[in-house]
Amino acid sequence: MKVLVPVKRVIDYNVKVRVKADGSGVDLANVKMSMNPFDEIAVEEAIRLKEKGVADEVVAVSIGVKQAQETLRTALAMGADRAILVVATDDVHQDIEPLAVAKILKGVIEEEQPGLVLAGKQAIDNDMNATGQMLSALLGWSQATFASEVNVEGEHAVVTREVDGGLQTIKVKMPSIVTVDLRLNEPRYASLPNIMKAKKKPLDEKTPADYGVDVTPRLEIVKTAEPPVRKAGEMVKDVDELVAKLKEAGAV
Amino acid sequence: MAVLLIGEVTNGELNVDATSKALTAAVKLGDVTLLCAGASAAAAGETAATLDGVSKVLVAEDPSLGHRLAEPTAALVVSLAGDYSHILAPSTTDAKNVMPRIAALLDVMILSDVTGIVDADTFERPIYAGNAVQTVKSSDATKVMTIRTSTFDAAGTGNSAPVEIVSAAQNPGLSEWVEDKVAESDRPELTSAGIVVSGGRGIGSEEDFKIVEKLADKLGAAVGASRAAVDSGYAPNDWQVGQTGKVVAPDLYIAVGISGAIQHLAGMKDSKIIVAINKDEEAPIFQVADYGLVGDLFTIVPELTEKL
Ligand SMILES: Cc1cc2nc3c(=O)[nH]c(=O)nc-3n(C[C@H](O)[C@H](O)[C@H](O)COP(=O)(O)OP(=O)(O)OC[C@H]3O[C@@H](n4cnc5c(N)ncnc54)[C@H](O)[C@@H]3O)c2cc1C
Ligand SMILES: Nc1ncnc2c1ncn2[C@@H]1O[C@H](COP(=O)(O)O)[C@@H](O)[C@H]1O
Repeated sequence: MKVLVPVKRVIDYNVKVRVKADGSGVDLANVKMSMNPFDEIAVEEAIRLKEKGVADEVVAVSIGVKQAQETLRTALAMGADRAILVVATDDVHQDIEPLAVAKILKGVIEEEQPGLVLAGKQAIDNDMNATGQMLSALLGWSQATFASEVNVEGEHAVVTREVDGGLQTIKVKMPSIVTVDLRLNEPRYASLPNIMKAKKKPLDEKTPADYGVDVTPRLEIVKTAEPPVRKAGEMVKDVDELVAKLKEAGAV
Repeated sequence: MAVLLIGEVTNGELNVDATSKALTAAVKLGDVTLLCAGASAAAAGETAATLDGVSKVLVAEDPSLGHRLAEPTAALVVSLAGDYSHILAPSTTDAKNVMPRIAALLDVMILSDVTGIVDADTFERPIYAGNAVQTVKSSDATKVMTIRTSTFDAAGTGNSAPVEIVSAAQNPGLSEWVEDKVAESDRPELTSAGIVVSGGRGIGSEEDFKIVEKLADKLGAAVGASRAAVDSGYAPNDWQVGQTGKVVAPDLYIAVGISGAIQHLAGMKDSKIIVAINKDEEAPIFQVADYGLVGDLFTIVPELTEKL
């Protein structure tokens, strides 16, 4: 079975985000970019499936700017076998919407015929939490989102999902789209030799036109603003003072 | 304009808090029809009919709609979609699972976690863990969106809207429910509680998390946790507050042994009063706290529980 893993290049989760003064967006020039953390978990899971003999090939796909090559090299260094980069824009500030990403991925999947897609549950830049579900809809495949455990059992996969009430386990028909949550695994670091090896692994370049997809956004960004800032409060010296303050504020 | 609101139905019961908060957003857009779908949904439909602002309730009952499996639920909503300009649901994990699927089937973009309605096509939503707020204008024929409940007040009750029965769409038969692992608790629900007490990695163990729970019980509060506390096994996953967990905005939020990473703040910084207890006076949580207390949580929390 082939496993396809969509990986997104996003602002590193440690970077302090700054909204551009003209309200046109978030400043992404010269900031550290990394693989979306959930996608690292998805890559890790795919590699583990290969190590267990359940999968025989892991293909990483990224859609966005040319620089997403680096993100794909990271996936290759972790252990993916090959990569596909769909260059959809040359502007680092243009985010490709989940609907367009899903349409492109559908095209890739029709060519690659994977048995399983492991995506992240959410990109930490646009916080959409949508691409996997949309892709599953477009393909008419089953979906299992927010996975904290995945067991592939022949024609089915049994997936435990992190939901509001706790955990839900479902059984989905293969092929399936699974989106991964934080507790699925702990991604490995790529070793230096593997980083070197990754440079020689195949990385194909494509465009949205190759899949007949128009990436024009459906949502026009009117403006991007800073959220309201909370004003700094006060430090209290002990529990008695805290209790007094809370009573005074009518909070308890 | 006609709006379809998907009620949050779990095991035949309507989650009134989440649904009525999304309803407040929905009524701004037009005439609201509220759909209750499930293996059993009639009782939920009756409750839904009492919510102020609902014009009509649709009840769809079918075994395939139990457990809110994405594929049959999306098929049902798509079968009804033609009548509506907007399709909304509260931003629960169920809705996040289903709504993007509905959007894609209708060939429209999803609007996730909407926090503000500017007009019928224009909406606000947080991005980058709430570090920025984006205003977007949709050019799609149908707007499909999830509503962040922590930013809208609950609609009132006292209504008696008419209830209509609708039939389920054909079940695509792609997935089956196996089991739920739900912890029973007498505590209020995290996203609707007036007070939340959350613990972080600073608590150090599952046993010691009891001191956070004791304080919560004294206050009649819900219990929350940071990702680090959940990852370390001190607390269950459904307690996680933050960018990728639950978003809460209680009257009082008490953060114990939590450093205040941006991903955590994303889930609680709209709380009315924030209290932080941390031994590190440099912890970023103090920058958003109304009242900060520096010290060892193992002495402070029991003392606070005692004195409240
Ligand atoms: C993709 C992604 C998504 C994430 N989503 C979330 C999310 O939804 N929610 C979330 O919370 N995090 C999330 N995180 C993790 C986040 O970045 C932080 O790692 C996490 O919030 C830290 O948890 P913490 O504050 O409990 O732990 P730490 O940062 O380790 O802080 C522990 C604190 O406890 C204090 N402490 C220790 N001992 C004591 C004591 N005896 N008395 C008093 N204080 C003490 C320390 O001073 C310290 O400040 C996410 C991260 C990523 C990459
Ligand atoms: N531009 C992209 N390139 C590759 N994968 C993506 C892209 N956008 C989204 N994804 C995948 O979809 C997941 C969810 O993203 P989102 O729906 O944008 O929150 C991510 O974790 C990735 O696995």
